[in-house]
Amino acid sequence: METTQVVVTFIGIALLVLIAMFFFGSSKGSAMVAQQYTGSQEQRIVVKGGYNPSVIHLKVGVPAKLIFERHETTSCSDQVVFPDFGIRKNLPAHAETIIELTPTHKGDFEFACGMNMLRGKLIVE
Amino acid sequence: MLDISISRRFWISVPFAVLTIVLGMAMLIPSLHHIVSMQTLNWAQLILSIPVLWLTGTPFLLSAWHSTMNRIATMDTLVAIGTSAAFVFSIVATLFSSLLMEAGIEPHTYYDTTVTILILITLGQLLEIRARESSSNAITGLLSLQPSNARVKRDSEEVDVSVDDLAIGDVLVIRPGERIPVDATIQNGDAEINEAMITGESMPVTKHPGDMVIGGTTNLSSPFTAAVLRTGEDTTLQQIIRVVERAQSSKAPIQKLADAISSWFVPAVLMIAVAAFVVWFDVLPADVRVATSVMHLVSILIIACPCALGLATPTAIVVGTGKGAEAGILIKNAAALESAHKITAIVLDKTGTITEGNPSVVEHAFVTSEDHQHYVSMIAAAERRSEHPIAQALVRYAENQGVTSLSTEAVSVTVGGGIVAEFPEGVLTIGNERFLHNRGVTINDEIGKTTTAWNALGYTVVHTALGNVHTASFAVSDTIRSTTATAIRQLKNMNVKIVLATGDNALTAKTIATQLGISEVHAGIHPEGKLSVIEALQAQGEHVAMVGDGINDAPALAKADVGIAIGSGTDVASEAADVTLMNNDLLSIPRTIQLSRATMRNIKQNLFFAFIYNVLGIPLAAGVLVPVLGLTLNPGFAAAAMGLSSISVLLNALRLKSFSFKG
Repeated sequence: METTQVVVTFIGIALLVLIAMFFFGSSKGSAMVAQQYTGSQEQRIVVKGGYNPSVIHLKVGVPAKLIFERHETTSCSDQVVFPDFGIRKNLPAHAETIIELTPTHKGDFEFACGMNMLRGKLIVE
Repeated sequence: MLDISISRRFWISVPFAVLTIVLGMAMLIPSLHHIVSMQTLNWAQLILSIPVLWLTGTPFLLSAWHSTMNRIATMDTLVAIGTSAAFVFSIVATLFSSLLMEAGIEPHTYYDTTVTILILITLGQLLEIRARESSSNAITGLLSLQPSNARVKRDSEEVDVSVDDLAIGDVLVIRPGERIPVDATIQNGDAEINEAMITGESMPVTKHPGDMVIGGTTNLSSPFTAAVLRTGEDTTLQQIIRVVERAQSSKAPIQKLADAISSWFVPAVLMIAVAAFVVWFDVLPADVRVATSVMHLVSILIIACPCALGLATPTAIVVGTGKGAEAGILIKNAAALESAHKITAIVLDKTGTITEGNPSVVEHAFVTSEDHQHYVSMIAAAERRSEHPIAQALVRYAENQGVTSLSTEAVSVTVGGGIVAEFPEGVLTIGNERFLHNRGVTINDEIGKTTTAWNALGYTVVHTALGNVHTASFAVSDTIRSTTATAIRQLKNMNVKIVLATGDNALTAKTIATQLGISEVHAGIHPEGKLSVIEALQAQGEHVAMVGDGINDAPALAKADVGIAIGSGTDVASEAADVTLMNNDLLSIPRTIQLSRATMRNIKQNLFFAFIYNVLGIPLAAGVLVPVLGLTLNPGFAAAAMGLSSISVLLNALRLKSFSFKG
């Protein structure tokens, strides 16, 4: 084996490990507790290659206002779906989209883009 | 610059891409090399491909960068890395071509490949957006049913107002050919109404004063006035739209596998691509190793298509639920649509389900021969307090006899049994035989024989007693819906077991069951008894659907694997049911199963296609067939295949639109 081949092989193996660690690693996204007001709660979510924050803590029984700000045009994030709440909304690029829902029981409720690649979670407590 | 729409970016890029590709082809003609040098062609392609990269490539790069920041890998990541690898390698080959040649490496460029990938994938996205829009146009169709204006009578004058300004009680004037703006109750005039858009029933329905007309339906005959019953979000149409929207965004259980795969799919593809690069780099001779390894890396990244997997289920669900809504079959969620194809047994309620639910008294027998007028008045007074169809049949019967108006205070209703009312003359009990028996009433022998004969005719028998003494019996008959027999035959042809569950007496139930060819009958049961019937069937391994009205049968509907509410067109959002039929046609039940089967078949085709595509495409791009058949995949072809894969899944789902119900 030539030197370049040995080098490329090692770089390749290192890349494989890096990719695995980076994408399959544990920590994903940030968590936030929704801003509480009397009789409502609110959270702003930036959509840019993912949801930020991607984990949102909500209080049960309080109407929640989720404001999605989408800062990109890729078709990957042009829809957001809350399957448990029966909500599917288009998110226009470079604009705000408000989603209103009232969590009626406690638990984890996932939300995702139209193709389920970008994911987030509502934790109702 | 990036603010301009995806279609404009695409169209501006096309001429540059075409020129780049033409020059790329020109490089393959050796005789041209005497006129123009390879290096000139490379530079020309580099310059021409820059606008394409800028317009169609940057969005992928940006998106890939942002998602990487969130430790997420998407389709954009694959496209971005694939095209960047091809482009960067080409620039290196252009800038340092003599150096590479001295080192014995062929300075191959991939400008044409880079632009082909970007153009084809962007075109794929454009087509995908269009196909996705047309998959969800059932909602748009429903939204367009509601007129924006209504003609209202105000102070004996007719004025046009916006539907948003309508208030409950406003009097609408509806002319022939017009759409009814909101749900209303007819005040004056009879009307032929076309309800096809709501119920899927193509025959017009005749409505009389006091009947409800649904907003969005069309008046076919003569003008009439109607009082507004529901406005805004409460109208039937808006409720339907909400149900359909909810259903379309819910998840079918079958989607779980695709979801699980899509979460690790892209990183896995990245790893396969790196591994393939290394393997090819290690096995190939020095002159071609870089170029060939790059080609395999790019092909793998480009052909992998997580989108087809993500689109397979939701698109079919959206089309399937929309198709159902058009036929008056409102499916509440994707899980119900999936569950309906597995139905092996159906429990049918009798009154209001297989019959029209509009019974009338056809026979009567009194124990004594004295004046019945006062007694019938008492029955009417008691039964007026009940909503039950049989109670209303007795009230109508009494009214035909010309009763006097009486009042009663203490009335108690037992669901599935009967009614007890107190009068100065004593306690009046009305109900089925078991109900009276439980209250210590013995049925008169003579009349008992008559009522047994009535049962044998399929009539429902109602007994009455004053105190502990049996006083009279009535035969109530309900017309079997015209389509019931056909629907049951169709269901049997689909190998579905039919079970009749009714509170009626065994003989009556048996007679009706025999008429309809139903072999399993559970008669004389309480509403809770229906639950045990369903549980027993489920214990036998049957996948059970319950068909009943949304109110009395709510527990049974909820217990069944698929609860189908019939004739509750006014209560669209009925929580207990998984499926609400907007029409009263039992044929909608085999149709629901047909639709579910067709949708599931479509989803399975989509999933199969999406899986097989990746399972075959990725190894092919990695070059596993090179040692065997010498077969490999050009990255440009990979881009075309990847663009086609999502679209073919979408187009297959759209095929469901042309699905037509049999029978």
